[in-house]
Amino acid sequence: MKIWLIAEMTFHEARQRRLVWIGALLGLLFLGVFALGYYLMYQDMARFAGPLSTQAIGAANGFALMGLYAINFLGVMLAVIISVDTLSGEISSGTIHTIVTKPLRRWEIVVGKWLGLLAMLSLFILFLCAGLSLITWLIARHIPPNIVQGTALMILCGTVVMTLSLLGSTYLAALANGVVVLMLYGLAFAAGWMEEFGAIFQNASAVQVGIVVSLLVPAEAMWKRAAYLMQPSFVREFGMSPFGAGSAPSPAMVIYTFLYVLVILAAAVRLFQRRDL
Amino acid sequence: MWAIEAISLRKEYGRTVAVADLNLQVRQGEVFGFLGANGAGKTTTVKMLLGLVRPSAGQAFVLGRRPGDPAAMAHIGFLPEHFRFHPWLTAADFLDYHARMYSMPAEERRRRIPELLERVGLAGWERTRLAKFSKGMLQRLGLAQALLNHPRVVFLDEPTSGLDPLGRREVREIIRQLRDAGVTVFLNSHMLGEVEAVCDRVGIIRQGELVRVGTLEELAGGTLQVEIRAQGLTPELTAGLARWGRVVRQEGNDRVLLEAAKEEALPAIASWLVENGARLYALTPCRRPLEDLFVQIVEGER
Ligand SMILES: Nc1ncnc2c1ncn2[C@@H]1O[C@H](COP(=O)(O)OP(=O)(O)OP(=O)(O)O)[C@@H](O)[C@H]1O
Ligand SMILES: [Mg+2]
Repeated sequence: MKIWLIAEMTFHEARQRRLVWIGALLGLLFLGVFALGYYLMYQDMARFAGPLSTQAIGAANGFALMGLYAINFLGVMLAVIISVDTLSGEISSGTIHTIVTKPLRRWEIVVGKWLGLLAMLSLFILFLCAGLSLITWLIARHIPPNIVQGTALMILCGTVVMTLSLLGSTYLAALANGVVVLMLYGLAFAAGWMEEFGAIFQNASAVQVGIVVSLLVPAEAMWKRAAYLMQPSFVREFGMSPFGAGSAPSPAMVIYTFLYVLVILAAAVRLFQRRDL
Repeated sequence: MWAIEAISLRKEYGRTVAVADLNLQVRQGEVFGFLGANGAGKTTTVKMLLGLVRPSAGQAFVLGRRPGDPAAMAHIGFLPEHFRFHPWLTAADFLDYHARMYSMPAEERRRRIPELLERVGLAGWERTRLAKFSKGMLQRLGLAQALLNHPRVVFLDEPTSGLDPLGRREVREIIRQLRDAGVTVFLNSHMLGEVEAVCDRVGIIRQGELVRVGTLEELAGGTLQVEIRAQGLTPELTAGLARWGRVVRQEGNDRVLLEAAKEEALPAIASWLVENGARLYALTPCRRPLEDLFVQIVEGER
């Protein structure tokens, strides 16, 4: 299948641009810093409240969530960086000419690139989440609950951003595309908080605006659900925490987000098919 | 079936008409030269024929199929105007990647790639990254890429730009080999000598409009200039030549430039001269140089 060839080349390209190495290196650096912070924090907590006390586990989980929150953010950044000029770059440099004139369909190029980017993004987030879980297990014998679903949702969050960026790259140059996609993400981020605060202060219109924007860019919503699932139940009851979530988008929202990604991908295919190269 | 067919093919970029209602047929096995000044619409035409650019109107067929149809693209080779590829790839990896897009089996790729590198004069460079290639070397590599799949139709958009004289000759040689193998070649070029040397037919496009198509003889207006070098060209003999055409010029009494109506007249001219006592040294048909024609068509009719 030509799709796999394109995916492979996309991955190869990221490796050649040192993106894979930089990602791995920064990931390791992040895990190192996290491990140190987590260790110091847990030492204090354990001395103060006892190693397996509710407070210690709560604090440990809170700190782990903070780390996961950072991973989610890094994932979103990586999603933008790897995809921001994936099509526009090949178009402006002219390398697309000898590819598109091969016996393959344009949709195969777009889908192949998307799969290659998805693989990279997934590996990055998986690697960091697995590393983080290993650290919390080694230090506190604690792993955030539902870490698997959480990781999957974080990947979905990054995928939303990556797919939007792929769509943008059919027409926009790298810089413009990056700005647009990050602004959309920022919007979704703000909307997530708006929804949450609206719910707390029972402001219906704030909630509605938040929901509408979340539907337009359902990235942050996936993180909210991930965070909600990865809290221990007693923290969940307690309500809002800065890195977690008091209430969570429903499973229906997850299905919606899946469909959303497919629709955006289809739109990218359509735009790329129509454009002059 | 035509190798290439364009029916009222048109492309507008905003108000610019890049190609205006182009009608064109190229036979299979023909080497077709496509000429025109800068910005005349040559590249746009090729891009429409390859499905890179959507026509504003009209239709195109390559090997009987719509541009971009994978079934046709499997038999097409293309060297783009500004050929470039990812600089981190080595020449061999670059060709391997493109061969895989043709679904070429690994074993065939191992054979074909060194063979092609050799053919374009890049043997020994397979492990070098494209970043280190000069413009001409890159152009050669692009040409190798266009020949990977043993194509039936090859589009070359200014293949000799950036090539040294040797490289140009090699490209000419490759085009001749392709013609001998029955491959259709669509050649965009500014090198008129090269077009004269290899093309069966030529089309000239001016501001998006195809203004002339035909063989070089047809473009020259069907007339043929013949240089006659002979001893004993008496005024009577010279006057007698008029039955085959017009005497353009006479130099001394051993050299005459005759504009003959057709090539078939040459044997008759030769035997008539000899029978009437002239000692014939040379009878050289010389076409009107394409350059004159090009300048006249592109400039004179403005
Ligand atoms: N992407 C584009 N957007 C707008 N106008 C374009 C575009 N591509 C080509 N044109 C215009 O179309 C016309 C034909 O361009 P084209 O590249 O086909 O010329 P060409 O015959 O290949 O010229 P050259 O000999 O310089 O390669 C020009 O007027 C050019 O400005
Ligand atoms: Mg051109």
